Amino acid sequence: MDESPSPHARHRASTESVAVPAVAADASDAVIVIRDLHVRRAKTPVLHGLSLTVRPGRIVGLLGPSGSGKTTLMRSIVGVQVVQSGTVEVLGLPAGSRELRSRVAYVTQQPSVYDDLTVRQNLAYFARVLGVPKARVDEAIARTHLGDVERRLAGSLSGGQRGRVSLAAALLGDAELLVLDEPTVGLDPVLRVELWELFHQLADEGATLIVSSHVMDEAKRCDQLLLMRNGELLADASVASVLAATGTDDMETAFLTLIERATTPMTDEEAPR
Amino acid sequence: MTPMRTLATAGRVLTQIRHDPRTIGLLLVVPSLLIGLVAWIFTDTDVFADIGPAMIALFPFIVMFLVTSIATLRERRSGTLERLFSMPLGKGDFILGYALAFGLLAIFQTAIAVSWAVWVCGLEIEGSIWLLFAVAVSDALLGTALGLLASAFARTEFQVVQFMPVLVFPQILLGGIFLPRDQLPEALQAIGDALPLSFAIDALTAVADGSEDAAWIWGKVLVIGAWIVGSIVLGSITLRRRTP
Repeated sequence: MDESPSPHARHRASTESVAVPAVAADASDAVIVIRDLHVRRAKTPVLHGLSLTVRPGRIVGLLGPSGSGKTTLMRSIVGVQVVQSGTVEVLGLPAGSRELRSRVAYVTQQPSVYDDLTVRQNLAYFARVLGVPKARVDEAIARTHLGDVERRLAGSLSGGQRGRVSLAAALLGDAELLVLDEPTVGLDPVLRVELWELFHQLADEGATLIVSSHVMDEAKRCDQLLLMRNGELLADASVASVLAATGTDDMETAFLTLIERATTPMTDEEAPR
Repeated sequence: MTPMRTLATAGRVLTQIRHDPRTIGLLLVVPSLLIGLVAWIFTDTDVFADIGPAMIALFPFIVMFLVTSIATLRERRSGTLERLFSMPLGKGDFILGYALAFGLLAIFQTAIAVSWAVWVCGLEIEGSIWLLFAVAVSDALLGTALGLLASAFARTEFQVVQFMPVLVFPQILLGGIFLPRDQLPEALQAIGDALPLSFAIDALTAVADGSEDAAWIWGKVLVIGAWIVGSIVLGSITLRRRTP
């Protein structure tokens, strides 16, 4: 990768050299390869001919306004979405393959936990489904700072806390790919920073993360950006490239500039050196 | 599908219910209350002796149908089903887990309802009380299995509640409680004879008046069992990992 590293990438440059090959890799070691993906939901085309590649150990920010197709793309990657045409390959296998179910973790936008179970009971059940030891429950609770509320019913928690329970469930296994749909929505700034630190920890450990958000600010914390609008990719590039190509230092402005431009997605190659 | 994941799911469903004492109370007491009400209505007649066994078939069946279908629908609506299906959980683990958990509740519920009908409401049983219990449990399990199946076709709570009149009421009307089935118009009798609740009503009535031997009654239980297995299999086929 010849792009200038984002602030965060520089910060963890030592591990990056291990996790991400220095040269642009071919598709063989890619975590996700999507070719010409078409998806229709409720008879409306949501994704029309989307193609992209994600390499391991990165945090990929999936950004765009609501209704741009972020969730549909994530569902396609996890393999719970009926797709019309195109291929989605995850870790070298067709998305949704049986073998991927313990290697890919998915956190939906709405916290998908049982309201009438305690935090610990929720996680203990998901751990048994994944077939991982109970000790992983304690780890997940610690990592998401839920220790104080672990004995409370999930339904009695605040929205942000329930979201973290949902996230904790995704941390139970040793997922190589984490697909997180708006994990930081509705969180206070302190927690948001803590979660992003956790995401970078996970990436440093070798996991690949896809994190969607409609808060453009969060883009700066990602290694790779996928900017979406109306089911199409406006950009698939690093933060630095996007900012350089649009001649701004503000992600919001960059996004608006890209919308005004041509329909072909912007890539790293276009960025002025 | 693995026994560990099936049992984990059943345990999880029971833990959920344990956190909801009111549901447990309703589940265990409502059928008995209704049976008591019917007995009270017919205090000065001998009607309860005739329809009492049918009531044991009816109320646990309806209650289990409702509770199971809504519980599984909630799972779909809350997004937890989507999460589970992105995890290594088999469809069979899910359906059987629910069937086991609610089956266990059905056993308790039936034990209370049968005891109540026999010892409090004075329902006379000529045959074996254990046989009566076995038929009643299979009947409540049938309610659970049909509830699981119905929830597969419902997208909202409104729809699933509508399935009760669709799937349950015809079985009540044609089951021989209002009019013995052999007096129904021919076409209705044929339909009524095939509906699963009819087998339960026939078997319970036969145990109560001692008109048939154990083998005949076990034959009916076998048919109910086939309906239960069929509904569960069909229910798990209709579950989709990929949704539009």
